[in-house]
Amino acid sequence: MRVTRFWSWFWIALGVLYFFLPLYATFQFSLKAQRDTLSFLAYQNVLNDPKFAETFLFSLQMAVWTILVGVVLVVPTVYWVHLRLPAVRPYMELVTLMPFVIPAVVLVFGLIRTYAPLFTWTWMGRAVLVAGYVVLSLPYMYRSVDAGLRAMDVRSLTEAAQSLGASWPTILWRIILPNLRTALLSGAFLTLAIVIGEFTLASLLAQPAFGPYLALMGQNRAYEPAALAIMSFALTWAAMGLIQWLGRGRPGGSQLSGTH
Amino acid sequence: MLLYIVLLWCFVTTKDLMAQLTAVGPSQQPMAAARFWRWLGVIPFFLFAIAFIFWPSANLFLGAFRTSDGAFTVEHLVELGQPFILEAYWLSIRISFVTALGGGIFGFLLAYAAILGGLPRFVRTALMTFSGVASNFAGVPLAFAFIATLGRVGLITVLLRDLFGFQLYQYGFNLYGFWGLSITYMYFQFPLMVLIIAPALDGLRREWREAAENLGANSWQYWRYVALPILLPTLLGAMILLFGNAFGAYATAYGLTGGSLNLVPLLIGQQVRGDVLHNPGLGYALALGMVVVMTITLIGYTWLQRRSSRWLRQAN
Amino acid sequence: MAFLELNNIRKEFGRFVAVEAFNLQVERGEFVSFLGPSGCGKTTTLRMIAGFELPTTGQITIDGQEMTYTRPNARNIGMVFQSYALFPNMTVAGNIGFGLKVAGKAAAEIKERVAEMLQLIGLADLGERYPYQLSGGQQQRVALARALAIRPQLLLLDEPLSALDAKIRMNLRNEIRSIQRQLGITTIYVTHDQEEALSLSDRIVVMSAGRMEQVGSPFEIYNFPQTRFVASFVGTLNIVPATVVNGARGEVQIDGQQITLAAGIDGVPNGAQVTVALRPEALSLSESGANRLVGHVENIAFLGSIVRIYIRLDETLLSLDEFNNPHLTLPAIGAATTIYFPLEAGLILP
Ligand SMILES: Nc1ncnc2c1ncn2[C@@H]1O[C@H](COP(=O)(O)OP(=O)(O)OP(=O)(O)O)[C@@H](O)[C@H]1O
Ligand SMILES: [Mg+2]
Repeated sequence: MRVTRFWSWFWIALGVLYFFLPLYATFQFSLKAQRDTLSFLAYQNVLNDPKFAETFLFSLQMAVWTILVGVVLVVPTVYWVHLRLPAVRPYMELVTLMPFVIPAVVLVFGLIRTYAPLFTWTWMGRAVLVAGYVVLSLPYMYRSVDAGLRAMDVRSLTEAAQSLGASWPTILWRIILPNLRTALLSGAFLTLAIVIGEFTLASLLAQPAFGPYLALMGQNRAYEPAALAIMSFALTWAAMGLIQWLGRGRPGGSQLSGTH
Repeated sequence: MLLYIVLLWCFVTTKDLMAQLTAVGPSQQPMAAARFWRWLGVIPFFLFAIAFIFWPSANLFLGAFRTSDGAFTVEHLVELGQPFILEAYWLSIRISFVTALGGGIFGFLLAYAAILGGLPRFVRTALMTFSGVASNFAGVPLAFAFIATLGRVGLITVLLRDLFGFQLYQYGFNLYGFWGLSITYMYFQFPLMVLIIAPALDGLRREWREAAENLGANSWQYWRYVALPILLPTLLGAMILLFGNAFGAYATAYGLTGGSLNLVPLLIGQQVRGDVLHNPGLGYALALGMVVVMTITLIGYTWLQRRSSRWLRQAN
Repeated sequence: MAFLELNNIRKEFGRFVAVEAFNLQVERGEFVSFLGPSGCGKTTTLRMIAGFELPTTGQITIDGQEMTYTRPNARNIGMVFQSYALFPNMTVAGNIGFGLKVAGKAAAEIKERVAEMLQLIGLADLGERYPYQLSGGQQQRVALARALAIRPQLLLLDEPLSALDAKIRMNLRNEIRSIQRQLGITTIYVTHDQEEALSLSDRIVVMSAGRMEQVGSPFEIYNFPQTRFVASFVGTLNIVPATVVNGARGEVQIDGQQITLAAGIDGVPNGAQVTVALRPEALSLSESGANRLVGHVENIAFLGSIVRIYIRLDETLLSLDEFNNPHLTLPAIGAATTIYFPLEAGLILP
């Protein structure tokens, strides 16, 4: 017993080391922007850079669009499949698995080949970016909504509402969505975490997003990228923390179920 | 490949639809309309999927079989045989394999320690949270973090030099090479493993262990004959998923190497940027090759998943 | 010395006492049941015998050998779990042969023994199936065969039938008993189903809240419960408050009506309150026995082979069982009726 526990602690300690050492190194490095003293100069530089705010807001905007489009696309469909077309479910799952088969580079390559002629309009490029993000977040959105709907008895809820005279929009808006709140928020935060720092699509579609800005900083500066990495990490952490917090005490549905 | 899936999907869907429609007897004629409307509910979703997943991919793969004037050709596929492209595939596969295996084993040991290792409950909760974060902390910032750790003036590099006089970079290590990339990828690989394998470890029932002990098995025999075989499909499946995860990674590799390493995703990226090859057909073929590899991994994963869920179906 | 001896076993989980003052001697070849409500400590006791839990105090000896702290895999005890616990990755044959395989037996010997076991449980051609391809009843048979394959010195069964439906439960329980007789294996059987315990056991240990209430043959347990708990837990029973009229002569009053009991209240002062237990099947509507009580029929329930008639005296409600037969004439609900029963049907509970 004591021996196994020693090894358990050993592996956990190793994991903690692996997890925190790079973060510690980055943090330490980010403080060295000024010679011979530790300072937050790098963070100041980053925050004072107008490009930072610009690109960050752009990505945030894209994330919000992605979440909206994702919800509008996924919720009614999954609801409908649960209610009326359970036979379609395998195909839904197939579609949502596609991002695992088609890596982001390939996806964006295809999107460009197909829609490049339309990119003369700026908004078109952005729309395609959002569409790409929706595709990337599809597995997570679908899984959390699917799990959420499975946890409640969709059919009885719907029939109860119908028998009380509710119309379809009312049912979706007043009954299904509120019950899905936790699932949707989890999906939304995960999407946020993915989209904000996303590099592949944004960079290859030549969009002024936060990810390409990060990469650019990495090529031109020394200490600011470290500061940016720490900030991105804090952001990911916040999003995951919120998901965990939302998932507390809910039967059968933390974000973990969405991951495998 | 993908086209095939699309066609299959269309075929099955229409077949179902036809079956639905034809199953309606004459007495139920008004129902046919209702059944049709029922299908309408899922059309927006599938239209989106076709417009932004299937059609662009199909478009890409058709391109792999076309000359610039649109005639059919397999020339681009043949061109994949060039040494530097084969090397790129080989490097990608090696890195993915090493990080899947390493991340898989390390993640398994961690999850095992936290769930079955007799540690306090909070360790498990903490590990799961950290894994959620770390598995999503990839891309350019991750590259920065490892540059600050293992780069030429990174914390550990400097520490090893100052404390032990050990010059990491003189012993063939290079953060921008095979091992550097592998160590960096591991940072999102092992947490993913933890997330995937944790439910499977939870699913190992106490009674199995007790039944085995009761029949005279020692701990090792229990692991050898019961626990490991039960976990094996999930373990392998998870590692396959990790493989795909690393194989398709673009942002981290780009952030680390600036796009200079000869990896398949980076080559495709160069194609998109129009930097190097000036041969779009070859780019399409590269992408096709990548999807083929990914499809194989996914099929393997699904197969293993089925297998283990079949075993466990009746385990109430 | 008995084959299995539990001496003064006590088990605490933290501050919670799950089992205490548990003393039991089981003879070789005996079939003993632990019977009691959920949470009374049956499984805990069984797990201590198997070695999965260690007693806080007390001793366990098997065949003269002290085994209290022996590791489970060195005890040579077969155990059947409520949830079957078959290894899902092995075939039926693999499961049954597992104990022999880890003991390092030769392949040929394992094969022979597995075939023999499959024969014993009547699943001779299912050796190559996987557990998920079997029904619940078949799975539990395999679990039994797996436990028996190692020729254990003791067989433990923890509610082996509770996950099965009623019909299969009946068949399998008879089968378990006949296999047990055939092999002469000492068996401990945990259940909370009194019918199971009564029909299977040589002896029954009735437990409640971690304590033994009574140990005895099914006949003793059913007919002569020693505590109120046993009386109420085993069988359905009318438990009736009564006032002693004349202790020496066994005369008591129920709701103002006097009856006579065969034994049990010698020396109880007149006017004292006692509790009388009356089995429903000992009461009758036709004239028989020396006691009679008058009341009104309140309700009648068909339970298949018997008909249960509820009769209200004044305060007290008695239930009375008659065997069902097509010629049975039943009183109307609300009708006045007389209940008859013999002197020895009433039992004084402590
Ligand atoms: N590992 C444990 N830790 C703490 N308490 C426990 C543990 N195992 C059992 N108990 C408690 O001990 C008591 C007896 O449990 P046990 O499992 O023996 O009951 P049982 O008689 O088998 O009941 P059932 O018929 O429901 O199976 C219960 O109150 C239970 O909560
Ligand atoms: Mg129990």
